[in-house]
Amino acid sequence: MQRQFPLLLLLLSVFALLTSAMVAQNGYQVGDVATDFTLKNVNGQMMSLKDQKNAKGYVVTFTCNTCPFAKLYEDRLIQLHQKYAPLGYPVVAINPNDVTASPGDSFEQMQKRAKDKKFPFAYLQDESQEVTKRFGATRTPHLYILQKTSQGQWKVAYIGALDNNAGDPEKVTERYAENALNSLLANQPIAQTFTKAIGCTIKWRASAQ
Amino acid sequence: MRVPGNLLVALCLLVGLASSRGAVAQNAHVPVIKLAQLQHYLNSSADTTYIINLWATWCKPCIEEIPHFEALQKQYANQPVKVLLVSLDFAKDLDKKVIPFVQRRQLKSTVLLLDEPDYNSWIDAFDPAWSGALPATLFFNNAKQQRLFVEKPLTPALLQEYLSTKFSLKP
Repeated sequence: MQRQFPLLLLLLSVFALLTSAMVAQNGYQVGDVATDFTLKNVNGQMMSLKDQKNAKGYVVTFTCNTCPFAKLYEDRLIQLHQKYAPLGYPVVAINPNDVTASPGDSFEQMQKRAKDKKFPFAYLQDESQEVTKRFGATRTPHLYILQKTSQGQWKVAYIGALDNNAGDPEKVTERYAENALNSLLANQPIAQTFTKAIGCTIKWRASAQ
Repeated sequence: MRVPGNLLVALCLLVGLASSRGAVAQNAHVPVIKLAQLQHYLNSSADTTYIINLWATWCKPCIEEIPHFEALQKQYANQPVKVLLVSLDFAKDLDKKVIPFVQRRQLKSTVLLLDEPDYNSWIDAFDPAWSGALPATLFFNNAKQQRLFVEKPLTPALLQEYLSTKFSLKP
């Protein structure tokens, strides 16, 4: 019996390692602390979350140029930014798609889209796709609301969709992102911290041959 | 002059009728369904292997993999295997986008349009492992208690590999 003990311990630690690897692969969960990142904005400058000293948090949105479904939300993202940036929660859009897998998502095309749509928010390129993996984003659009803690950390407060009707803004009955932001601003718990919605799969870089 | 004229009109009518009949025969039938109807398949106790591919006309990788599912349906034509191509296009795009797509591609598999725009209310019911990204594919045989869910684009090689190693569907 005693001899078997180390084997059991080994099995348990392997199991623990595997489980933690799986969790890591899934990205952030609500309540996790997000690590700051530095990515290139369409204006050519590098941007990090810490740059805006007066931000109470951010609406980090994974979106792109090429996904028709993500495009349905561009105007709503602009409105969200216009409403909540003055209240301390600006939108930060991140394009997660690999340029070789999706040429329409090149930096130049991002600049063009930002200009055409007059994006009032930052539009960043995640060239290495590291930030996207860390967040665990799987689709465009995919939205994360971060809240700055008193220690200056970025706590994940909400993950999911902006609202519950992609096709018709008039028929929206649940404004998930706005509800979450209003709760944060009122210092109230968020009623719905996680939602799912469909979207375009993220175009990952083909593994190096 | 009169008779040939009438003949010509009759001929035109005949040709017109024939071609319109042809068009009717080719017309794609894409039923618009609700979740309950999809659940009817999901809860089926039949010894049938269902392959439900979730796609949309706006999803490029979905469109690229549809021929693989068509080939699969053909490959298993004499077996209890049913491919369902479930479109998540908006119901308002049925006539404008979905049916023309099905006609253009001459799809032979069953195509359905799932009209459930409140995604958060049913994604987990379809499969808890589904994050919502398209394309996504569910293979299941309830009689054999077999189930495999994949949320990524599939190549013919991947499809065959999954079916033979992760799912006991023998060619």
